[in-house]
Amino acid sequence: MIAYNTAVVLAGASLLGASTGLVGSFAVLRRRALLGDALAHAAFPGVCLAFLCLDRRNLPAMLVGALMTGIVGVSLLIGLRRATRVKEDAAIGVVLSVFFGAGLALSRMIQNRSSAGSRAGLDSYIFGSAATMRLAELWLIAGVAAACLAIVLVLYKEFKLVAFDAGFARVQGWPAGRLDLLLMGLIAITVVIGLPAVGAVLIAAMLILPAAAARFWTDRLGVMLVVSAALGATSAAAGTLLSAQYDGLPTGPTIVLVGAAAFLCSALFALRRGALSRSVRQLRFRRRLEEQRLLRTLYEAAEAGRQASGGPQPSPLAPLHRVTHQPANAGRSPALQHAPRPAALRRAVRAGWLTVEPGGYGLSEQGLSRAAHVVRGYRLWRLFLSECADQVGAFGELDVEAVDERLPPGVVSALEARLLAEGRLPATEGERPRVRPS
Amino acid sequence: MTTIPQPEPKTHEPDSAAPPVLDVHDVTVAYHRRPVLWDVDLTIQEPSLIGIVGPNGAGKSTLIKAILGLVPLASGSVAAFGQPIDRQRRRIGYVPQRESVDWDFPVSVLDVVLMGTYGQLGWFRRPGRRQRAWALECLEHVGLADLARQQIGQLSGGQQQRTFLARALAQRADLYFMDEPMAGVDAATEQVIFSLLRELREQGKTVFVVHHDLRTVPEYYEQVVLLNMRLVASGRTETTFTRANLQKTYGGRLDILDDAADALAARERSR
Repeated sequence: MIAYNTAVVLAGASLLGASTGLVGSFAVLRRRALLGDALAHAAFPGVCLAFLCLDRRNLPAMLVGALMTGIVGVSLLIGLRRATRVKEDAAIGVVLSVFFGAGLALSRMIQNRSSAGSRAGLDSYIFGSAATMRLAELWLIAGVAAACLAIVLVLYKEFKLVAFDAGFARVQGWPAGRLDLLLMGLIAITVVIGLPAVGAVLIAAMLILPAAAARFWTDRLGVMLVVSAALGATSAAAGTLLSAQYDGLPTGPTIVLVGAAAFLCSALFALRRGALSRSVRQLRFRRRLEEQRLLRTLYEAAEAGRQASGGPQPSPLAPLHRVTHQPANAGRSPALQHAPRPAALRRAVRAGWLTVEPGGYGLSEQGLSRAAHVVRGYRLWRLFLSECADQVGAFGELDVEAVDERLPPGVVSALEARLLAEGRLPATEGERPRVRPS
Repeated sequence: MTTIPQPEPKTHEPDSAAPPVLDVHDVTVAYHRRPVLWDVDLTIQEPSLIGIVGPNGAGKSTLIKAILGLVPLASGSVAAFGQPIDRQRRRIGYVPQRESVDWDFPVSVLDVVLMGTYGQLGWFRRPGRRQRAWALECLEHVGLADLARQQIGQLSGGQQQRTFLARALAQRADLYFMDEPMAGVDAATEQVIFSLLRELREQGKTVFVVHHDLRTVPEYYEQVVLLNMRLVASGRTETTFTRANLQKTYGGRLDILDDAADALAARERSR
């Protein structure tokens, strides 16, 4: 059984985490994450001002005060950027530190004026203390979370459009500015209700961490919102439990650390976008390049050898695969100056492209066929790049074995004709050999 | 595409009863009091393919953005089909510059094209099966149907540009604005765009294109707008895209003018 108090705190923290995860996704995608941080810091003096005015703790008044100075801070920030040449990051830094400094000064004034007990309440707005959460606060958080969810559900299409391409949205007649403002409002309210539990210093991390972590797992906005909300809720719940377990662990920092762990795991191990999977892909890509270069080197060496012996031009290619590549002779032929790494040779043998022959390696039957395709693609690309230098930027991926998919057929056949006339077109017959995808 | 109702094709005599497709009146745009566009007056009487040409920093993109209301006008007014542009949003299609969005955004190619249908859907309604089918049709039109499910960041530059074109097609507009759609794209994409422009024109649409390659202007556009902060000249390409006007637009930069001269000569020969 969970104690009633703990249940309230857990529910409140989870709901808060879910709503920061939800609206935080839009903040991160709109590159407004730091704006949330500035807002949270700027909200702190509002809490102190509300306390000064009422001379006692009153949650609604303090949250309203927080929202007000928070909005003033963000408006100042936007004004600063528009009216002067101050860049966004500098403007954020200025607003954040000035407002937070003012809040700290105010809270010290309050401490000096009144009893120490009431000041402890203000401290929790800096570092957060979810453990003291009351039922009223839980209802507030639940209400805001429900409102955020409802608004995002209803305006999902509109938010998606404005977050992706605000200019297009305006041309289509959407009030992009007001939709953006509504989104900022949701972020502001979520930040403010999170202040007592998590604190001004760290609430922004709850906006950013779940969203940034969720982005690693999916390429769909809808899925990202769900994952982000779920991650936010679980890390908030786990952080709260941990901080309740160990005396003296403040809630805000614990939640943030748990969220950071989730983020780190996502960044490292996510299936397609994670660092691990990226580096595996990178390695595969490099090996593929190495393999292609190896095949090309052998093919061209064979070609050169046959030309030297006065043989016919590249087709038919049957005798080519007899020619061996001997690392000992690497220096002699210009094509072989950069000797392939032994590991690359061994891998190519295992894959069946090369055969071990006395004194070196030779192209196997299928190796020869693939090598011809590689050389053909390589020469077509080279010719294309030198002929149409202005088109280079248009191609994201320069895989020599994908030349037929990347270039229009008409261009390929024109380039092929050129190569044929120069006697440099390798004979490739029939289907292209199956190559495992990189 | 053929399902779109088409206005009657018009002959050379402008119909005085029909309001002009676009009327740009005395438009001035300034950034921090420095004028970028100065007193631009432009009337497009009937559907046409229009190339906007001028040196870097001449305000070509700004002209489009000013017409669309994306940058504030310091003075002047814009009307489309005889009404303020804000009342005609449904009839306007837009292809922004490719660099204007974050291509790492978590949406698929089809999602982006579906955004073209949002205007007609209106508030709250989500795209359904009909919109999906239509968006796929638009994608097929630009040769990207196979990539509909891909995340947009995995596309090449040319494919990204085609995605934007498909989105504009999905808008079913009558008046299109395209901001440098052919900048940095491959030959295949340029061909796709060009034939698309032709097709739109045949359906009686008007397309404004910010264009940077002078060599292809006479081939692509019926009308040109020569711009360098002010409007230098505008009108039918045969009579407006002349050496004298280009000289006025570009000043003494002869290398560019030679390109244009080649294009003009080639057109003369082909007649």
